[in-house]
Amino acid sequence: MATTKRTVEVELSTTGLDAQGRPRRVPLVIDEAGNNVAVEAPPELEPDLAGEHMLINIGPQHPATHGVLRLVLELDGETVVRCIPHIGYLHCGFEKMGEYRQYNQIIPYTDREDYLNSPGNNVAFALGAERLFGIEITERCKVLRVMASEMSRIISHLVWLGTTSIDIGAFTPFLWAFQQREVIYEMLESWVGARLTTSLTRVGGMAADIPDDFIPKLSAFVNNFPKVLGEIDRIITRNGIWVGRTVGLGVMSPEEAVNYGLSGPMLRASGVAYDVRKDFPYLDYETYDFDVPVGTNGDVYDRFLVRMEEMRQSVRILEQAIKRLPDGPVNIADHRVILPPKSKATSDMESMIHHFKQVMEGPRPPIGEAYVAVESPKGEKGYYMVSDGTSKPVRWRIRPPSFVNLSAIPRMVEGHLLSDVIAINASIDIVMGEIDR
Amino acid sequence: MSKGSFSPVVAGAAVGGDVPAPTTAKNVPNRGGDANPTAAALRERFGAAVKRVDVVWGETTVYVDRGQLHDIVLWLHDDPSQRYDYLSDVTGVEFRDLEQPLEVVWHLRSLPYRRFLRVKVQMEKGAALEVPSVWDIYRGADWLERECFDMFGIKFVGHPDLRRLLMWEGYKEGYPLRKDFPARGRFSRSEQLRQALAANPEARYSKEELSIADAFEDLPDDMKRRLGAGEKVGE
Repeated sequence: MATTKRTVEVELSTTGLDAQGRPRRVPLVIDEAGNNVAVEAPPELEPDLAGEHMLINIGPQHPATHGVLRLVLELDGETVVRCIPHIGYLHCGFEKMGEYRQYNQIIPYTDREDYLNSPGNNVAFALGAERLFGIEITERCKVLRVMASEMSRIISHLVWLGTTSIDIGAFTPFLWAFQQREVIYEMLESWVGARLTTSLTRVGGMAADIPDDFIPKLSAFVNNFPKVLGEIDRIITRNGIWVGRTVGLGVMSPEEAVNYGLSGPMLRASGVAYDVRKDFPYLDYETYDFDVPVGTNGDVYDRFLVRMEEMRQSVRILEQAIKRLPDGPVNIADHRVILPPKSKATSDMESMIHHFKQVMEGPRPPIGEAYVAVESPKGEKGYYMVSDGTSKPVRWRIRPPSFVNLSAIPRMVEGHLLSDVIAINASIDIVMGEIDR
Repeated sequence: MSKGSFSPVVAGAAVGGDVPAPTTAKNVPNRGGDANPTAAALRERFGAAVKRVDVVWGETTVYVDRGQLHDIVLWLHDDPSQRYDYLSDVTGVEFRDLEQPLEVVWHLRSLPYRRFLRVKVQMEKGAALEVPSVWDIYRGADWLERECFDMFGIKFVGHPDLRRLLMWEGYKEGYPLRKDFPARGRFSRSEQLRQALAANPEARYSKEELSIADAFEDLPDDMKRRLGAGEKVGE
């Protein structure tokens, strides 16, 4: 095929102006022949900018801070010398409110802290409460919860992928990612009726069993999603701009990452193979066949690669969960903890008593405490609950992974350029709802 | 960026290949069961500084002496047979029963040995709410301790920058997660509204931040006067 080469002459700058459009500060002198002769400006006319640092404030209202994070930066030219983060703009006191609520009433709060991972939080909270009650859940419930956790890992990573690609300057992956996310949200909607704030679990079971067409829909998603992921992979993984804006940024060494308490993809990108699902397993994760992706450089690019691979591993887990989903009850049989069917409440005396006691007083765990951690998309999410034998916890504590991950941001951005702060901040995958709680 | 400096760290590397992989805990008893072997090692090493060892729902809790906390955590972090290299969480617990002492809780993990340990310090009645900071051992303790200070008023001695974190610097209502703090806040809604309206929205920078680029000098005269008179954010 013949090609023609076209050359376009572009006026790069106007005479007398520099590339930024500012008037040149070079005095022009005309020699005897009438030509303009440039003479270097004497040094005392050049303003001394080298020693002056600048104060820049990013946020709290800024699209690239993913919420209401405020970063006060000290800049030397374009280089960050110091970073002082401010958080708390979204503080709602969930932990305090939890002390006035029964265990099942706390579950809606877990939707709203890390709102990109609501099903995963519901599962984590229910696991913690069940440890505190000493409940063993049914096999079907376990598999359903694994499905919910992995689906929410995929949606959370997809939102991360979309918003980060917008931060870095790519728009297409955002649309593709959000299309797939919509598929999962539709499935969640058919399951419990809510999309974002699912409140999927109850202590001792689930809010609802899956609808009949859920498994075919999930199978279709599991078949289709890797193709879309492959397309996203093709469009950005080897993209020059993407690589140029992510490689070598915000590097954390493995020892540092562990010492800073990083978790999740942040930690694994630094080459630390710590995954709660493997090392402190729950929900029988040890019986699923999946790999823990680990990075080698600990930079923004590796965090991206780790998250991409985690989505593929989640698909693997979902495939296995679909195959092994057993029949049987979803909720445990103990009606002191879980409500009996509503239809029996008006016909069976005992069911009515259980309904009354649970709604009015709530189930009571024995005195004790439990710290249950799960692998949320952001990292190790822990729920620490202390019971004094009443139906409301004495203390309900969320260990937010992105809170601890964000606390390392001064270490990661100092020495980088201002534009890299956006990429590094995006790579942490923060959700301010979880950080401020 | 030197590639050679990265050697992958594998959790559970120290337990050896012949130990089976961990599994989901099942039918855990409320009290009792196998304690984390670290508890016995701590007893042997620190003696009376370890006041009590509890196993609740399979999780080992070690109650330690406040004065020795830093030494104990440092030993747990450094000793090659323990290697508690990961600080999961720092928080406080206050009970509804005010006879029970306020507790400060550290959740530690040993990634090489796959162990989990809860370390607790109980605050005696009437004593100052102060515990040693573990910031010099774990950098991750920075915000966790600041949050605990913010919510409970517990001073972490040795923390380099113990400021409020979630609440603003001039917050005067106290420490929200304490049991004597009402859920609606100490001040009435009208007082909270009055304070919010009276707050100077420009005074959002700390004095330290304003020292950057001599930004303080560039402020308008009235702001300089107000900040110079000690006015703080949110007041």
